[in-house]
Amino acid sequence: MSTTSRKKSKLTLGLFLSYVLLVIIAICCIYPALWVVLASFRPGAALYSPTLIPKSLTLDHYHELLTSTRFKFTTWYWNTLKIATLTMVFSTILTTLSGYSLSRFRFRSRKTIMTGVLILSMFPTFMSLTAFYVLLLQLKLFDNIYALVAIYSAAGLLQAFVVKGFFDTIPRSLEESARIDGASNLQIFARIMLPLSKPMLTYVALMSFTGAWVDFILAKVVLRSKDHWSVAVGLFDLVDKEQNSNFALFATGSVLIALPITILFVFLQRFLVDGLTAGASKG
Amino acid sequence: MNAHRQVAAVLSVLSFGLGQLYNRQYMKGLILLLVEVVGLSYFINNLSHAIWGLVTLGKTPTHFETINGVATTVKGDHSIFLMLGGLITLLLLFLFVAAYVMNIKDAYRTGKKREEGHKPANIVESVRYVMDKRFPEIFLSIPILGVLFVTILPIIFTMLIAFTNYSGPDNLPPAKVLKWVGFRTFHDLIMFKTWSYTFFHILGWTIVWAVVATFTTYMGGVLVALLVNQKGIRLKGMWRTIFIIPYAIPQLVSLLVMKNMFNGQFGPINQYLGYFGLGKLPWLTDPTMAKITVIIVNMWVGIPVSMILIMGVLTAIPKDLYEAAEVDGASAFMKFRLITMPFILFTTAPLLIIQFAGNINNFNVIFLLTKGDPVNGKFQYGGSTDLLVTWLYKLTLDQQKYNIAAAVGIIIFIMIASLSIWSYRKTRSFKEEDMIQ
Repeated sequence: MSTTSRKKSKLTLGLFLSYVLLVIIAICCIYPALWVVLASFRPGAALYSPTLIPKSLTLDHYHELLTSTRFKFTTWYWNTLKIATLTMVFSTILTTLSGYSLSRFRFRSRKTIMTGVLILSMFPTFMSLTAFYVLLLQLKLFDNIYALVAIYSAAGLLQAFVVKGFFDTIPRSLEESARIDGASNLQIFARIMLPLSKPMLTYVALMSFTGAWVDFILAKVVLRSKDHWSVAVGLFDLVDKEQNSNFALFATGSVLIALPITILFVFLQRFLVDGLTAGASKG
Repeated sequence: MNAHRQVAAVLSVLSFGLGQLYNRQYMKGLILLLVEVVGLSYFINNLSHAIWGLVTLGKTPTHFETINGVATTVKGDHSIFLMLGGLITLLLLFLFVAAYVMNIKDAYRTGKKREEGHKPANIVESVRYVMDKRFPEIFLSIPILGVLFVTILPIIFTMLIAFTNYSGPDNLPPAKVLKWVGFRTFHDLIMFKTWSYTFFHILGWTIVWAVVATFTTYMGGVLVALLVNQKGIRLKGMWRTIFIIPYAIPQLVSLLVMKNMFNGQFGPINQYLGYFGLGKLPWLTDPTMAKITVIIVNMWVGIPVSMILIMGVLTAIPKDLYEAAEVDGASAFMKFRLITMPFILFTTAPLLIIQFAGNINNFNVIFLLTKGDPVNGKFQYGGSTDLLVTWLYKLTLDQQKYNIAAAVGIIIFIMIASLSIWSYRKTRSFKEEDMIQ
């Protein structure tokens, strides 16, 4: 036997083991998600079933969750959609403009702002809960979804670092020639920076959308009446009250919340990966 | 006349906008005058009350009084409203003073321009100038104002609470008026046996958790990324997509699902164990097991993020390094130890510290999975898996120990802020101030 063929068999054995590992990890990744999806279609309300694949499928749980007056799931869904979309729009605009300013301009207090943003983003949100509570109560904005949008969007500046990191990678020469041609700052931003930053924009938009979509800490404090709840608050309530008695309903709610976001993520993962790495290794 | 700048500046010192009017910038001057009228009328009405409120935190609590033989509630001072209102007024005053200083500077500058023979800019030119030269300041001012009121104000407010006696059940407005107590809350937290025992134990677990959670997700990410990126592995894109799924599912959902899966009585994991003839495990109910479970679940949630990052880093390693190593006859493991790992570590070191800081504050994983339970009888309102942040949450929302919670928050903040500032100062985005491109 020559050494090359022994090397080859060692290689294929290694590859085989790698594939086995990959499959095991893949199962670990998919299993919980698959289990919840299937549980939502399974008849009955029990948490456990001896087989992963149910013997029969039913849409009863979806029907119950969406029509029952005990839950106001459709109202929550609509609320959440409003909150998340508005937050996404405002937050993306603010974050992108701030990231652009921090990346492309040198002005006094720039470093102060950057350090400040950094410190603030490390602050635990819950520390501000009492303050929000009193503040909103005083401003009569309690239990108001737009107050929540305002808070989420204003906090958007704290993400500006990732955007700045991305803009830093766009060559300066591009805008310099535009500036010689007499383009204004806003024109440069709109015509040159924006088209080049599609992955970044996708990332920021998605992050702010999903952040608002699933946040429940702040939402729980701000949104008090059941009519104004977001899906996250509703789901948390559901699992708190009936996780053992009606697991199927919880599973259904989970699928309805997670599905749009998960599809978006998987669909846009190329942009995501770019955005994440640009923000991280270069930021 | 050749002393426009002094005249303009002095006039602006006397009143907003006068200098601008003198400089024949009528529009600007009128706007500034309007700002002053609005501002002054607000401060005359509110400032003294605000300062009084902040200093005394109020005199009379809401109480019952017998008026003509009938007991009626008399609305008193609400310390918390006084405190917050006072802060807002001070913040507005700060902005007002900043505007005042800018108004004087602007009048001086325009006056100087006039002395040099330039015509003062009209309103259209001013706007154009601002858009061109003051672009970053203008665009940052909007989010900064937002952050000022939505982030900084609440933080200052919370910090102040640590220095009051605001805590349930005895000291809650409006039935009581709060008092400033200086550093007594911090003193109690460190010196009182019941508090300090809980605090130091939770602090210890928080640090252990942050170290282990960061290490496991990071190394897990490295291994998975290397596994997928190996030469000869097909369908790389598919594997990556599958491994991203845990990251794509909202944590709120996946963690609540995990909580059900690890449920000791009804959870499928224990049911399967029973199916194979094994005993049930107290995944979330035994203190030690709960800690291990939390770390395992955190790996499930956290490895995908590290994987994505490290895949990005891997593509940046120069290929010729490996070729040279192969010529020298290096084994796969040596290549990993001497080339891959140092490269990954070097690029992601600052990130590791950020992840560490993030894990100290990892509220979601703990709260959604265990709520900090199982309850520890020796702890003051805490459980075995409680991190400082989840303890803080309980102290605030369940126990109304606002002052202790605020003190804990300040301590967490000092820890994390010093850590992250130190690491950020080391990253390139802070150092490379002049872009080399």
